Amino acid sequence: MDVTVPILILAIPLFMFIFLGLLGMKMTHKLAGTLGTLGMGTVLVLSYYTAFNYFFSGAPEFVNAAGDRLQFLVFDQTWLQFTESLVIKLGFLLDPISAMMLVVITTISFMVHLYSLGYMRDHHGVYEHGFQRFYAFLSLFSFSMLGLVVATNIFQMYIFWELVGASSYLLIGFYYTKPSAVSASKKAFIVTRFADLGFLIGILVLSYYTGTFNFTELTSIPVEGMAGVSQVNLDTAASIRSIFENSAAPTFMGASVLTWALVLIFMGGMGKSAMMPLHIWLPDAMEGPTPVSALIHAATMVVAGVYLVARLFPLYLMENSSMVIITVVGAITAFYAAVVACTQIDIKRVLAFSTISQIAFMMVSLGVARPEVHEGLGYMASMFHLFTHAMFKALLFLGAGALIHAIGSNDYTAMHGLRKHMPITHITFLIGCLAIAGIIPFSGFFSKDEILSACMGYDWVAYLWMSMVAGLTAFYMFRLYFLIFWWKEHKTPEGHHAPHDQPWTMSLPLIILAAISCVAGFIPFGKLVSWNGVPYDFMAHFNWGVAAVSLAVAIAGIALAWVMYKKENSLPEKFRNAMPSLWKWSFHRFYWDELYMFITHKIIFGIVCRSLAWFDRHIIDGTMDAFATVTNKTSNAIKTLQSGQIQMYVWWYLMGALALGVITIVCLL
Amino acid sequence: MDYSQFLAMKQEIGLLVVFLLVFLYDTFMPRSTQKGLPGFAAVMMLLLTAAGFCSCCLGASCQTSAFAGMYESSAVITAIKNILNIGVVIVLIQSIKWANSPAMAMRRGEFYELLLVTLFGMYLMISARHFLLFIIGLESASLPLAAMVALDKNRYESHEAAVKYILTAVFSSAIFLMGLSFVYGLTGSLYFKNIYFAINGQLSFLLVIAIAFVIGGIGFKLSLVPFHLWTADVYQGAPTSVTSYLSVISKGATAFAFLVVMAQVFGSVYSQVWEWMLYALIILTITIGNLFAIRQRNMKRFLAFSSISQAGYIMLGVIAFNAMGVAALMYYVLVYIFSNLAAFGVAGAIENACGKVSIDDYRGLHRSNPKLSFAMMLAMFSLAGIPPFAGFFSKFFIFTGAINGASTAIYVLVLIALINTIVSLYYYLLVVKAMYISEEESVVPSFRSALSERLGLWITVGGIIFLGIASCVYTSLLDVTDMSALNAYFIK
Repeated sequence: MDVTVPILILAIPLFMFIFLGLLGMKMTHKLAGTLGTLGMGTVLVLSYYTAFNYFFSGAPEFVNAAGDRLQFLVFDQTWLQFTESLVIKLGFLLDPISAMMLVVITTISFMVHLYSLGYMRDHHGVYEHGFQRFYAFLSLFSFSMLGLVVATNIFQMYIFWELVGASSYLLIGFYYTKPSAVSASKKAFIVTRFADLGFLIGILVLSYYTGTFNFTELTSIPVEGMAGVSQVNLDTAASIRSIFENSAAPTFMGASVLTWALVLIFMGGMGKSAMMPLHIWLPDAMEGPTPVSALIHAATMVVAGVYLVARLFPLYLMENSSMVIITVVGAITAFYAAVVACTQIDIKRVLAFSTISQIAFMMVSLGVARPEVHEGLGYMASMFHLFTHAMFKALLFLGAGALIHAIGSNDYTAMHGLRKHMPITHITFLIGCLAIAGIIPFSGFFSKDEILSACMGYDWVAYLWMSMVAGLTAFYMFRLYFLIFWWKEHKTPEGHHAPHDQPWTMSLPLIILAAISCVAGFIPFGKLVSWNGVPYDFMAHFNWGVAAVSLAVAIAGIALAWVMYKKENSLPEKFRNAMPSLWKWSFHRFYWDELYMFITHKIIFGIVCRSLAWFDRHIIDGTMDAFATVTNKTSNAIKTLQSGQIQMYVWWYLMGALALGVITIVCLL
Repeated sequence: MDYSQFLAMKQEIGLLVVFLLVFLYDTFMPRSTQKGLPGFAAVMMLLLTAAGFCSCCLGASCQTSAFAGMYESSAVITAIKNILNIGVVIVLIQSIKWANSPAMAMRRGEFYELLLVTLFGMYLMISARHFLLFIIGLESASLPLAAMVALDKNRYESHEAAVKYILTAVFSSAIFLMGLSFVYGLTGSLYFKNIYFAINGQLSFLLVIAIAFVIGGIGFKLSLVPFHLWTADVYQGAPTSVTSYLSVISKGATAFAFLVVMAQVFGSVYSQVWEWMLYALIILTITIGNLFAIRQRNMKRFLAFSSISQAGYIMLGVIAFNAMGVAALMYYVLVYIFSNLAAFGVAGAIENACGKVSIDDYRGLHRSNPKLSFAMMLAMFSLAGIPPFAGFFSKFFIFTGAINGASTAIYVLVLIALINTIVSLYYYLLVVKAMYISEEESVVPSFRSALSERLGLWITVGGIIFLGIASCVYTSLLDVTDMSALNAYFIK
């Protein structure tokens, strides 16, 4: 395969970032935005081309004779060589999930680029301050995210992992004059960085024992006779496990070292994918512009944790305890976020908690995936849900952006009865809600149904739990939908325009994403993506009972929302008064933020840091000061050496040469 | 004699052609076109550099030797010459404005001709495998430099610098030749190879003194302490373009030549004799260079002492005495070329525009000349070795190379070098502080530097950033070193 296209996929967004970052202010807003969008459009075409080639060309480096999909290293360039064995490479790995992610990222990114042309300006068409900077950062993010998914080794992934973190930080804090945006960006950065500490330690532990960073060496065996081609295989992962078992210290604090490494790596994923208890940054990250929330905090960056686990899936299979941890963390997070989403009144917060809950679905699905259960259906279901969720959640966020743009507020108590004023937004938003609730034939039904089937195959408790969360999902999404579009007639305040649909740059992405959400469920995903590349027909594992139950649960959730929120009534108030403490805890997100505040401010800053500060001020500063004083005094004392007299220079010269010889002789004697 | 042997000296011939073209241009082109001479020289040098990278043109990828083994070329030697060429191109670009100033109108050609001659001398030093050729190279790389230092005819300091330079150069040559005569007396040959096998690990007092004198002689050009005392005065007095050439190209070339001499001539007594000599010199050089740099207020003197301490770091690549050390040394020289030339580029631009040379004059520079101060800041960061700029990786690789030698004493040496980077960080940041933090009423006025100066700064700043990101350049240098014949002599 030609390397030009893959290189361009990475190079164009990087170039756009540098170009718009340096020269953006010298061009008009419109030109900068158009250039950024065109650049992303090119990347979109190239990515589609690459993914299409990978899945359908049938070239021997992509598919073997039996029809199994292979991993192919398009290129793998040495970047930094510390020692013979410690080598960091940068490359481009093409396999089913990276090809799928290329499609997801470029699709959403392009939609967001296009949408922002309309969104990032006010009603009078005046562009927002920093419009060019916004496009530069979007390009930086796209570059980093693409680099992350095509990483050939875990260190490259880590580098780009941090880069997406940095670009997320820059974009959340885009409105840097707003104190809430600044503190949200800091919070996101610090929380994810804290998680990445675990990730880094995990990487170091893993590579210390295995001596490699490369994914293909950790999870696959090379295919004979073809350079750079390999196939996922459990034997490799098993031999990695035996390295750990035969090492000097196979266990650490009761768990095997491999489990520790995998769980620490998963901790990085927990931070990026906002799993409990590291979820607190994501709701605040909604302070960024809405298109950013759609791109980064709904569709792409937040699923990086899921992608990471999927990437190392054969290794996780080796340690059952790590899989159980993933499942439990995912299940608790899914339920928690769904409960919180039922009471929030900020439209973007609801969507944020819904995102957390849906990502947790994907995590659970990975956690319950086993090769022996439905041929690893959970893995495929997780990736499928990642794909469909990216589309409909981006749709919902962009729809929310259109509403916010029209109303001028995030608070949906200000939005009621908008269905007549904004028909396009209404229909597309409804499609998004139907998809996420899991109503046939929208895409969410298929992917969620497969997740539930996978849970069913693993354990019935997991199945019941996740079905309940699915019901909650349908309820809170339709609560949102009815409150915005129905409830009561919209009253336009004095002196304001009536809300209306947005320009085509904003409507077109909504329509495209809605269309994708309608049809994406019919993609034969099992033929394209599976944990070991062996295609299979998921209809063979289709469970009509599970499908019927999940549909029934979803309809029940919608019906409840219908009764409570279709027309203005007192039912919600009654529910609230019936369970006041639950409502309060849910509304305050179970006081996680307050808990963190208490730990950091009272315990860490108040007790730990105070003693450290004393040590720093007296011992460390004291040593440094003494060091500086001595240096300065010595420097002063010898300054006469540099007298400016050539005789002295030559004298020292001769003495130096002689002393060098004589002292060496004396030492040799 | 077989005259076709001259054809083995591909890069030397290329350089000679450039020299002749510049000379002919200077002599025979009409006066009205003389302003084009600096640009012409830069373009010619650029072509030579490009040709050097092409193995089918001037670059040699395999080992060749000529004149009964007096001259040798190989992939690694081509690589170091290419690195020097890159530096010379930048120096030539940066010098265009100064060379076209009215005071230089009569001497413009001299600068370029002398510069190319010294470069020719450095080529010979690097390729020489016989001390006769080495001395010819060393002298033709030294003496014309004295004339270049004196080019600023109207300034008293320029003359003083030239006199100091030539006297010290002559003295160092005397010491070097003295050491060489001892060597000849001991071994009866001036061929590197013959001397190596004649010594064969046999120690004698005379040999130790000889090695000390050889190190002393070459140490002059590297400005190792205590052979460095001329440096600050000469750097300050010489025209800025000459200073940058002196501090970067001359030093880089000599460092590599020094490595070749120590490894190929005295390699067998490495651990008994010269490892410890160099050990002491490195500690002295880095520390004393730093201690003096702290006190400097004049930008060029400051850079002089900074370059002394940098030379100490470069010597770590020699004391490493392995292939990694060689690659790290070349990489260090490459990075040092970009970083130091960026610093000199800014200093030169400011000096050309308003004649300010003191660090105090840089106060508040970021307000009047933000781009210049940004370039200077990157240069300082790179020289101090702050990641992700190139200087960090060059220091990292040279430390790694040294530690690969793996004796405890070397660990101590690297530790001392590391502590010294903290001191160096202090004085490099003083410049940044002056530019960005200190407030001053009378700042350097805002000005637009000449196209050539800006071009030079773009190249150097680009190099600092690029080599920081793409430190895989080091890997390719390491590959070249592996193939080179240098390794054949590395017997421990």
